[in-house]
Amino acid sequence: MVLSIAEIHRSKGGRRAFWWLLFLLPLLPLVWIVHKAVSQDLGADPAQTIVTFLGLWTLRYLLITLSVTPCRRLFGWLWMQRYRRMYGLYTLFYASLHLLAFATFILGWRPELIARELSERPYIIVGFIAWSGLVALGITSTRGWVKRLGRHWQQLHYLVYPISILAMIHFAWLIRAGYGQVMFYALILLVLLGYRVGYRVKRRQRVLQQH
Amino acid sequence: MLIKQAPDIASSEITPESVYRQRRQFIKALLAGGALMAARPALALDRYSLGRDEKRYPGPGWLQSQLRAAKVGAPIAGESLTPYGHVIGHNNFYEFGLGKEDPKAKAQGLNTDPWKVEISGEVAKPGTYTLEDLLKPHALEERVYRLRCVEAWSMVIPWIGFSLADLIKRFEPTGNAKYVEFTTLHDPSQMPGQRSFFSTLDWPYVEGLRMDEAMHPLTILAVGVYGDALPPQNGAPLRLVVPWKYGFKSIKSIVRIRFTEQMPEVTWNQTAPREYGFYANVNPEVDHPRWSQATERRLPSSLFSPNIIDTRKFNGYADQVAHLYSGMDLRKWF
Repeated sequence: MVLSIAEIHRSKGGRRAFWWLLFLLPLLPLVWIVHKAVSQDLGADPAQTIVTFLGLWTLRYLLITLSVTPCRRLFGWLWMQRYRRMYGLYTLFYASLHLLAFATFILGWRPELIARELSERPYIIVGFIAWSGLVALGITSTRGWVKRLGRHWQQLHYLVYPISILAMIHFAWLIRAGYGQVMFYALILLVLLGYRVGYRVKRRQRVLQQH
Repeated sequence: MLIKQAPDIASSEITPESVYRQRRQFIKALLAGGALMAARPALALDRYSLGRDEKRYPGPGWLQSQLRAAKVGAPIAGESLTPYGHVIGHNNFYEFGLGKEDPKAKAQGLNTDPWKVEISGEVAKPGTYTLEDLLKPHALEERVYRLRCVEAWSMVIPWIGFSLADLIKRFEPTGNAKYVEFTTLHDPSQMPGQRSFFSTLDWPYVEGLRMDEAMHPLTILAVGVYGDALPPQNGAPLRLVVPWKYGFKSIKSIVRIRFTEQMPEVTWNQTAPREYGFYANVNPEVDHPRWSQATERRLPSSLFSPNIIDTRKFNGYADQVAHLYSGMDLRKWF
């Protein structure tokens, strides 16, 4: 017999086990890349490899986070809601590692290089703004901040939409040739954001009809 | 964090691993070969033939005597060679995919022998020649050059080749020949990157040089690397090497050399004219619009000691080539 995920969540033990599973799973990419780095198996240019890898996983966790609401509404997967904050924080976690790796392995923490990258390089600026936005959302993700901000909390966290668009621009902007991979992720983002636009339009129509 | 400090031992004093590993074989060979060995000139091929676990590329039979006769090149003082495995495993060759490891993975089936090269345009002796005939009159020699990629990584590579100027002279360009245009093989059946739907590059890949750049003694056509023939991922069987320009100028797997009066329309410049100029001289003062060219990662650059070094104007060859561009605004002609 196969237990559905919803059934697993009915028992406290099930909820706890599943929480640990979904908590540990996103750490696998980090474990993998650290293992490859320690065993010197990242090719000739490990700096570039590691920065690109962390950036790509940031984008993936962002898309996973953004897919929680559509999945809940479309498929009735209510349990996903429990993990939305965790995956939002994992997005911030990987974005921070990505930025840290860039500053360390590509720029070598040279102040003059960092100043120039942050003032002159559009795709770095866009990426940095996106990361700053994620930091703001991460800090205000606690229960305390939800209570304190009240209805403004939701408004603030709508920032995740412009952040996701900035992240996609940041990603597309540094491609030299070949847009296949960018198109793949951009399409997913388009579906996730398009769903929300469609949902709002429909809801507004319903409200108008009732009046 | 990168901490700059003077090393205790100058890197020029450190014996390269390949040499270190060769010492026993060298002594054995010396004892066995004796006087015979001493009489031969230093050969590029023998230098790297030991202590390598990576795949080697001997090349076609007809090339062997020329490869073996290639004279050893002078090392660059204070700069050690990028290990063979990285040189043949970390490549930009978009005909075989966009990833750095794609060319090694996907180019092994490239048929590089027999190979023909068309010589055409403003030249007295046009024609299509087999590579064997094209190479026959030229003595090969090793040249150890820096290679600076436009993506801000760099290597030091022992090429085997010959002066492009010597080849050009043989075909007697006319007075109208102001530029040389090079074209890479276009064969989507062998080159999966040329079948890619999302690629922004137009095939075939085209590069070009001004005549004086092409005639410069530093400019070579390479047929080998690390003592062997070129692997396909490095541009077998014939590639250009222009060490003072970004790597993309050094076009691979050449099938046509055309002499023109007009500046050739080169691939990267056509694709993104704001980012890639015709000249593409290495220049730390002129950034790529999207990233800095002030520094480079000299490979291998391990994470725990990132080898970030300052990029030098004309990739360190300014003494030899800066005069080619005197009076030119290098910001405009990037």
